[in-house]
Amino acid sequence: MNMTISAPTKALARMEARLFLREPAALFWTLGFPLIILVAVGAVPSSREASRSLGGARFIDVYVPVLAAFIIAMLALNALPPVLAGYRERGILRRLATTPVSPTRVLGAQLAVQAAAAVVALVLVLAVARIAFDVPLPSEPVGYVIALVFTAAALFGIGLTIAALAPTARVANAAGAVLFFPLMFFAGLWLPRAEMPAGLRHVSDGTPLGAAVGALQDAASGSWPGALHLAVLAAYGLAFGVLAIRLFRWE
Amino acid sequence: MPVISVEHLRKQYGERVAVADVSFAVEAGEIFGLLGPNGAGKTTAVECVAGLRVPDGGTVRVLGLDPHRDGAELHQRVGVQLQASELPERMRVGEALDLHCAFYRDPADPDRLLDLLGLTEQRGVAFKKLSGGQRQRLSIALALVGNPEVALLDELTTGLDPGARREAWALIRAIRDSGVTVLLVTHFMDEAQRLCDRVAVVDRGRVVALDSPAELTASLGVPTLEDAFLALTRPDLAELLDR
Repeated sequence: MNMTISAPTKALARMEARLFLREPAALFWTLGFPLIILVAVGAVPSSREASRSLGGARFIDVYVPVLAAFIIAMLALNALPPVLAGYRERGILRRLATTPVSPTRVLGAQLAVQAAAAVVALVLVLAVARIAFDVPLPSEPVGYVIALVFTAAALFGIGLTIAALAPTARVANAAGAVLFFPLMFFAGLWLPRAEMPAGLRHVSDGTPLGAAVGALQDAASGSWPGALHLAVLAAYGLAFGVLAIRLFRWE
Repeated sequence: MPVISVEHLRKQYGERVAVADVSFAVEAGEIFGLLGPNGAGKTTAVECVAGLRVPDGGTVRVLGLDPHRDGAELHQRVGVQLQASELPERMRVGEALDLHCAFYRDPADPDRLLDLLGLTEQRGVAFKKLSGGQRQRLSIALALVGNPEVALLDELTTGLDPGARREAWALIRAIRDSGVTVLLVTHFMDEAQRLCDRVAVVDRGRVVALDSPAELTASLGVPTLEDAFLALTRPDLAELLDR
């Protein structure tokens, strides 16, 4: 496979990265806010004590995977869709279609920038959790990375579908926000999955962010991510990926 | 051989026929105007020439290329300025030019283009802070950044004040004088009369007249191109025309 990236694609990716860094809101919600939650949770002494309801784990330990899912969801559902819908709404993709560079490249450049932002934010959260609150780094790192990749596939599939369906940046923004909070509920942002009633936890297992946090928590505590969780994520990724490709319009 | 040739072009969206039967040819070095009332099919025709839409019938050739099949090569050699195509709000003028330079194998010098279009002082200004006229000029600059042989300009001067319009006209003449063939879509008749070597008048998806502005007005016995245009497209207004 030829892995060289052409000059136009590099120029586009650099430009998209610069534009991302100029959006203070995107930077705050993806890089700043997860750290604020982490520090706020970690500052509560009981979150750093072994908890019986969590099977002897500390709250902060099981909460770091929730923040990892939060970061990916924030980028995929809240940052990406309004950018792409806005590019279509404002004729930016149409203009690109008149140049030798295909508008698909700008999509690729956007995804690359979002992925890079996710990596930076994740490393920050894992590092601060490790240094400030003694949260061990994932004991099954390969499984953790696999769980992250599957999570990203599922959530960016959903995000791209929003971008495909939303006629304007404003609608994309609203749709992302409306999806984000229920999905984050099932991820355990407010109530840890281990403390959910069995029925609720089963529902959570079937949601993209519930499955994501389940897989990440398994890998963080040293076991391989569960096949069910990975299968759920793969199914979302595939279904929404195909849907997004079918529905996406350049103008 | 003409630079642009359109023969019996047909394009419909569902039931609605946007272009029924349009034929015209643009020769090298011409400024050719495509005129017509709103909804006449001008923009659709230009989009077919630009390779953005696939015709349902007829043939389109630009520099001997099929715009749909040879899109990549066409876009290297044809600059396109479209209606309502913006840039990301926070992208700066200089950045937009540098980015587009990276798309072409033989790009123009961005500093010279900025100078030509009077945007040198706006180099570091974000797109959202530009005035309407500055945005239009940037849009022209981006259409010229690949050193094109042909420029397709769609309603370039819509929304510009009189001063900015005159500047745009001077610019189009300068582009032509540098050897670029220009296809201009407009519904401003004074603009077409002053700028175009020849015009095609399109009405309800068909070409109803094709000539130089002077021949067109003389043959219809009217003083201006606007009267000629109305005589051709609005026969119901016959008694309102200057004769």
